[in-house]
Amino acid sequence: MQQKELIPHLFRTEYRKIVSVLCKLFGIEHIEVAEDLVSDTFLLASELWGLKGLPENPPAWLYTVAKNKTRDYLKHNSLFAQKISKEITYHEAYSDELDIDLSVKNINDSQLAMIFVVCHPCNPPEVQIGLALNLVCGFGADEIASALLTNKEVIYKRLQRGRERLKREKIKIESPSLSEINERLPAVLTSLYLLFNEGYYSANKDIILRKDLCLEAMRLTCLLVENEQTSKPSANALLALMCFHSSRFDARLNPGGDVILYQDQDTALWDQDLIAKGEYFLNQASHGNELTKFHLEAGIAYWHTIKADSYEKWESILQLYNQLLLIEYSPVAALNRTYALAKVNGKMEAITEAEKINLSGNHLYHSLLGELYLGIDGPKAVAHLETAWKLAKSKADKTLISNKILACKS
Amino acid sequence: MKDFLLVFRMDYDTMPKGSPEEMQARTKTWMDWIGGIAAQNKLTDRGNRLFPTGKVVKPGKVITDGPYTEIKESIAGYSIVKAGSIEEATELAEGCPVLKLGGNVEVREISVLVN
Repeated sequence: MQQKELIPHLFRTEYRKIVSVLCKLFGIEHIEVAEDLVSDTFLLASELWGLKGLPENPPAWLYTVAKNKTRDYLKHNSLFAQKISKEITYHEAYSDELDIDLSVKNINDSQLAMIFVVCHPCNPPEVQIGLALNLVCGFGADEIASALLTNKEVIYKRLQRGRERLKREKIKIESPSLSEINERLPAVLTSLYLLFNEGYYSANKDIILRKDLCLEAMRLTCLLVENEQTSKPSANALLALMCFHSSRFDARLNPGGDVILYQDQDTALWDQDLIAKGEYFLNQASHGNELTKFHLEAGIAYWHTIKADSYEKWESILQLYNQLLLIEYSPVAALNRTYALAKVNGKMEAITEAEKINLSGNHLYHSLLGELYLGIDGPKAVAHLETAWKLAKSKADKTLISNKILACKS
Repeated sequence: MKDFLLVFRMDYDTMPKGSPEEMQARTKTWMDWIGGIAAQNKLTDRGNRLFPTGKVVKPGKVITDGPYTEIKESIAGYSIVKAGSIEEATELAEGCPVLKLGGNVEVREISVLVN
């Protein structure tokens, strides 16, 4: 890799690691100090490497410089050093020897601890997602704004608000205890799930950025799964779900970033490697007797990795949706369940059921009814699709629906 | 929206002891029915099934195996649904698979205790 590409690459991969370790050492209230030290390290790298060429081991160089800068900082800011953890004040006199542990293990532990901090329920979900991208994934406000299709100022304010909140609540950055894991893991998993969905279902045309969001969500979920204490069935189920979904990432978007419907996808583009990984994590998720919505959604996603229609496939999907709805109602689950019902029990039964679910303000509801009436009552099918077209907001949705109407009429 | 208790009653003796496939088919009709209520966002609590055997405690320390001495039907399970009226709740109960097994569903509005 050339130096020009290397520094941004290292910034993406190493910045967040060092920041996590330093944050864990300093505490959340001094997060800006940690960020400044690491930014300075990268600044020095870009100056020196340009002049003297690349060091032998660039990440190791960064770690050493970051350590030295931290020690210097602590030496010259004894007040600060006294304020932060006892461990450091104890070492203050020997701050040259202060060990800033940048081992793989401590980096992973620190990032894990940071995940629990940024996904703390004292902040609302959209703030949690912003903080996760910023503090654990190393995204700048600009990048977050384009990823979440909003402007930089909104994100900047959101991040500020989130940071202030964490400081005010004095959220500790520490490896969560077992009881904390049990109590807070569901909220953490929900945030990571939303982060993934943010990339997967976004209307953003920037495919690379969307993929990045999904990959980051998977990387963080991986950290949870790789740690013995947080590798709960629910975390494995979530990772399985992400693997199954992202196996279709390249098949479900055309180069312009428009969605290609499931039945029209080229299965050769489905990533078999990710499907196999998904199956592995789904197996891991089946230990114990915990059944979460992630298990059920992963099960549904698993059946979608098999393209061919079969009774077994749709009956399994129907039952998984039934169970999912018993755990948690959502309009999308209700609609998808009705689609599966049509596949298994026939369109007539599905139409009766669809008419009961009363989501007439939702364009997906009318799209579904349009689909169900197809081949049964043509004019009704078209009427529903036309209502769907009126209700749909995004241009992509409207195009999909008008294509269906055309197909209906021909 | 109010909560209604659905009480499923049936005669355990007349309940067919089916093959595993039949049992599975029965589970499916049950799940399709309750899933349909959940899909309308009208399920408050899926409830539980009850084992067929039980005891009845009567005054004077009289305890009997029961309660099937006088009546043939017993409670097989219950669920709680949300509905605007007893009529609407009754409509939800109409698809209950227990009806096909010769059983019945009692629909009762829950009178919530106020502290």
